[in-house]
Amino acid sequence: MAKILIPTPLRQFTGGADTVEASGATVGELLTALTTNHPDIKKNLFNDEGKLRSFVNIYVNDEDIRYLSKEATEVAAGDTVSIIPSIAGGR
Amino acid sequence: MATTLTNEEIQRYSRHLILPEVGVDGQIKLKDAKVLLVGTGGLGAPLALYLAAAGVGTIGLVDFDVVDASNLQRQVIHGTKDIGRPKIDSAAESMLDINPNLKIVKHEVPLTSENAKEIVEQYDMVADGTDNFPTRYLVNDVCVLTGKPNIYGSIFRFEGQASVFATDDGPCYRCLYPEPPPPGLVPSCAEGGVLGILPGVIGLIQATEVVKMILGIGQTLQGRLMLYDALNMKFRELKLRRNPDCPSGKCSVVKDLIDYKQFCGIPEAPPAPVASTGDLEVTEVKSMIDSGEDFILVDVREAHEYQIASIPKATLIPLGQLPMRLSELSKDSNIVCHCKSGMRSAKAVDLLKQNGYTRVRNMKGGILAWSDKVDSSVPKY
Repeated sequence: MAKILIPTPLRQFTGGADTVEASGATVGELLTALTTNHPDIKKNLFNDEGKLRSFVNIYVNDEDIRYLSKEATEVAAGDTVSIIPSIAGGR
Repeated sequence: MATTLTNEEIQRYSRHLILPEVGVDGQIKLKDAKVLLVGTGGLGAPLALYLAAAGVGTIGLVDFDVVDASNLQRQVIHGTKDIGRPKIDSAAESMLDINPNLKIVKHEVPLTSENAKEIVEQYDMVADGTDNFPTRYLVNDVCVLTGKPNIYGSIFRFEGQASVFATDDGPCYRCLYPEPPPPGLVPSCAEGGVLGILPGVIGLIQATEVVKMILGIGQTLQGRLMLYDALNMKFRELKLRRNPDCPSGKCSVVKDLIDYKQFCGIPEAPPAPVASTGDLEVTEVKSMIDSGEDFILVDVREAHEYQIASIPKATLIPLGQLPMRLSELSKDSNIVCHCKSGMRSAKAVDLLKQNGYTRVRNMKGGILAWSDKVDSSVPKY
């Protein structure tokens, strides 16, 4: 099991939960598990072609998966996966 | 002529001068520095106040908004007496009250692809305190093109991000997020809400980085994204890398400035052609209620918004719950949807039409218009 940290803007799709436990060997598998349990979150993470959206980054611990093996990045038990969407507020 | 400190300044900056890391040389660097603040709102307010106090000699302000009562919960540079005044005037007044030695340059214009370079070129660095994606990408891109560091901060509800972008060898905002999100996929600013104290924390992280960069001390947030979670009181940091396609100090992505359409989670155009047909004015809805017309007024805002202000007779079904609660609305009933400003209810009207409802209309302007035109006792928020 790995922990997925859900950012504030997406918590409305996880019933308010800020952390979701999911099992899977890779980031891709974890995200599939997440979107299976919380289907409404899917369109916020993936585009129509099923690719991760360009304003959402996924980190395993403190590393960006774009610089690891992208969605094939392996996740060990105890790792933390963070979803970091862009936010723009400032006023 | 070399900059010196006056006796008044020596007294004022005494606590800096006795720090070996700052000293007289450092204080003179601050005095000679020119920093542009884009926005004098939530992030801009603490930035401006503390950079003024710290003795940053020239501070440029970009803002064209006026102070509104709803700003005062977080924009501490403005006061109750300033409601209705241009923010740039109110901000400058507060800053000069703290430190009359400052030179403040007012840019009372929206930052656009036309004027951005000319404005930014006059400064050493930029602190981004804007509130929307188009301006954030514009600020980033102009910083990349002019070689000025972009001291970045951003907030949403209880969370904040901060970093330092566009330094000579560091990543830029587009290395983090190549493109802004399309309209409609991020919650709107007004819908989102923000803890008033949050921009204070993030704005002061930005101010700290500005001062360190001017002084050339410490380690900046270059290459790191600082994340702050106020609810759990946690700071975390993530590694940021420069886009591998931009290896030699030259950005391969930013070629020219782009004015993205202004949006804030709001669709640029109604998502379907049906959305705009048959909109109702608030006064028409009022007459429908008064004449006892048979219709259902559906309030698609959130329950906590309903608690702040509501229209008598309205049934609350938050937009997010609407797909699951269609059974509560009969297909042939006469339905009017409303929200705070008319945006979410337009989405609700679309959703209902897509589900076979034919007699659905949107109340234009939402509860804000209701307060303006029908019942001023309904508070605006």
